[in-house]
Amino acid sequence: MTEIEHQPGHESAAVAPPTQAIDGIVLGGAGGLLDSTVEAGLELKARSQWSYARTRFVRHRLAMVSLVILIIIFAIGAFANFIAPYDFSTLDLTNILHAPTTAGKHYFGTDEIGRDYFSRVIYGIRTSEEVGVFVAFLSSIIGLIVGAVAGYYGGWIDNIFMRITDLVLTLPVLAVLLVAAALLGSGSQWRVSLILAGFFWTGLARIVRGIFLSLREKEYVEAAKAAGSGDARIMFRHILPNTLGPIVVNGTLAVAAAIITEAALSFLGFGIKPPTPSLGSLVVSGQSNPQQWWLTIFPGLTILVIVLCINFIGDGLRDALDPQQRRVRA
Amino acid sequence: MLTYITRRILYSIPVLIISSFLSFTFVSLGGDPLGQLRIHPNISQETLNNLKYQFHLDRSIPVRYWFWVQDVFEHKLGKSLVTLQPIWPDIERTMGHTLQVVMTAEILALILGVIVGIFSAVRQYSVFDYAFTSFSFLGLAMPVFWLALLLQILFVDIYLKWHVRIFYTSGLNSPHKGAWSLDRLQHIGLPVITLCVISFALYSRFMRASMLDVLNTDYVRTARAKGVPEWRVVMRHVFRNALIPITTVAALNIGAVFGGAIITETVFTLDGIGFYFVGRLQALDVYAVMGYLLVTSVIIIVFNLVADILYGFLDPRIRYD
Repeated sequence: MTEIEHQPGHESAAVAPPTQAIDGIVLGGAGGLLDSTVEAGLELKARSQWSYARTRFVRHRLAMVSLVILIIIFAIGAFANFIAPYDFSTLDLTNILHAPTTAGKHYFGTDEIGRDYFSRVIYGIRTSEEVGVFVAFLSSIIGLIVGAVAGYYGGWIDNIFMRITDLVLTLPVLAVLLVAAALLGSGSQWRVSLILAGFFWTGLARIVRGIFLSLREKEYVEAAKAAGSGDARIMFRHILPNTLGPIVVNGTLAVAAAIITEAALSFLGFGIKPPTPSLGSLVVSGQSNPQQWWLTIFPGLTILVIVLCINFIGDGLRDALDPQQRRVRA
Repeated sequence: MLTYITRRILYSIPVLIISSFLSFTFVSLGGDPLGQLRIHPNISQETLNNLKYQFHLDRSIPVRYWFWVQDVFEHKLGKSLVTLQPIWPDIERTMGHTLQVVMTAEILALILGVIVGIFSAVRQYSVFDYAFTSFSFLGLAMPVFWLALLLQILFVDIYLKWHVRIFYTSGLNSPHKGAWSLDRLQHIGLPVITLCVISFALYSRFMRASMLDVLNTDYVRTARAKGVPEWRVVMRHVFRNALIPITTVAALNIGAVFGGAIITETVFTLDGIGFYFVGRLQALDVYAVMGYLLVTSVIIIVFNLVADILYGFLDPRIRYD
């Protein structure tokens, strides 16, 4: 953790004035620095850059509220089998298209074949979070490795990599994802996640490559080289920590992008297929029963809230981890 | 500049060849192209063999790709394997409809996004700014299909309750109505609103950020110090420069817009290219799917190029040679 203190980016945070509520995304600032030194009196505590980042994030009110809401939603999804009052696939033909009620424990009503919609939605959350987290994790790792190698070594490796990302940029992404899901998907959430990760890594790889490209020319890398560090040590110990901020931010946002893309694929009938409930395919039953508002509202609203929370958390993380990108205005 | 454009166009040719070859291989390996015909009771094995020969399905993938490339140039994308009809007339017709929807939505989104972006930046942290900031956060997190569906349900309800027809909720137009009638507008209204909201959220955010960036530059301070009236500073010094990034954003957004069109056209069963694509994909119609991918890739490449050229044209600091 300590070697990160050489980061050029983080020094600017220390001199940045306390800021509040910049353009609605950005809240909180570097004020924590002053407060804590004053509180501690003359005794100065050593603080790592991560603890500054944590302070900045905790002061980002919107991001903190979003984090709490998201943790609650994801916990409901993770413990769906304990929380769900019914099984997500049990039919009850005497109770078709029942409006939401607390009496029969059908909090979100029932669908066209009498399945409890609340149970289906929370199992859908579980599917979504599996897809989101898996895609973000996998694409971050691929993007990190490819970006690091391309940016550090340059030359033909970099050339090939740049051509691949160019290729992805010229593709109609949703259409290609639909084709891939239609031909390879087979309806399982893991296959769909693999397909999404296969496209999502390029964005992150570009960012990591850019950072590696500029940092490999820095004096401290030269110093490390002179001291006899090998390529792997320079890449992973000296440059990698500087890319962690953007990786965490983009990984977080990738969770949201994966969830919303999976929902769209499933809605169009090419993503996750029954019996696995997915928030996207649940909306389809709302489309076929437009008079039963609950069938459309609940799964859609769940996606919206999840994505909104993740976006706010991503913004909070960006302000906390990447002070250079934060727009500080006089 | 001309050499730059020529080089870019020449450079995009291998990109197109590789991407189309990859998708061709992928699509051909992924499904049985004759699957739909095979289960048809009235088609004999002999006809199938004939078709197999006629469409070169007995050859290797690179050879088939080569035949496909020939078909693209000589027979305008060739024939569908499922319907045995030529593909181009369908693509031409549906693309026309999609362009009508998409262009209307994008132009509206750009105009509104730029105006809202300017006022949000000039009156930063005002009620107006907060209202539109919240709106665009919602718009950026909104699943397109859900928004489309909500609008559809809302207007179906309005019609059923009050018998007022503001917008139609499906189809392209009523019988015997043309492409430029009020009837068409009532049909494409909801798809346009859906696509517009999503793009507007993006453009207004970018315009606001870009305005704020320029507002904090030294030359704006100089202009103010010289006593230039504030509206003139905003319109002449800030606005014009803030427009530069937004042109790039709008041009690069075209891929996402086509993605949005796939979803909205499916929800509103509109005879556009996205709806056509989804239908052909469900039927595993290899050549029609390839036709769609090729046409949209070319459009995206052209827009990427236009974005770069516009950028160099608008910003004299950037020169291509």
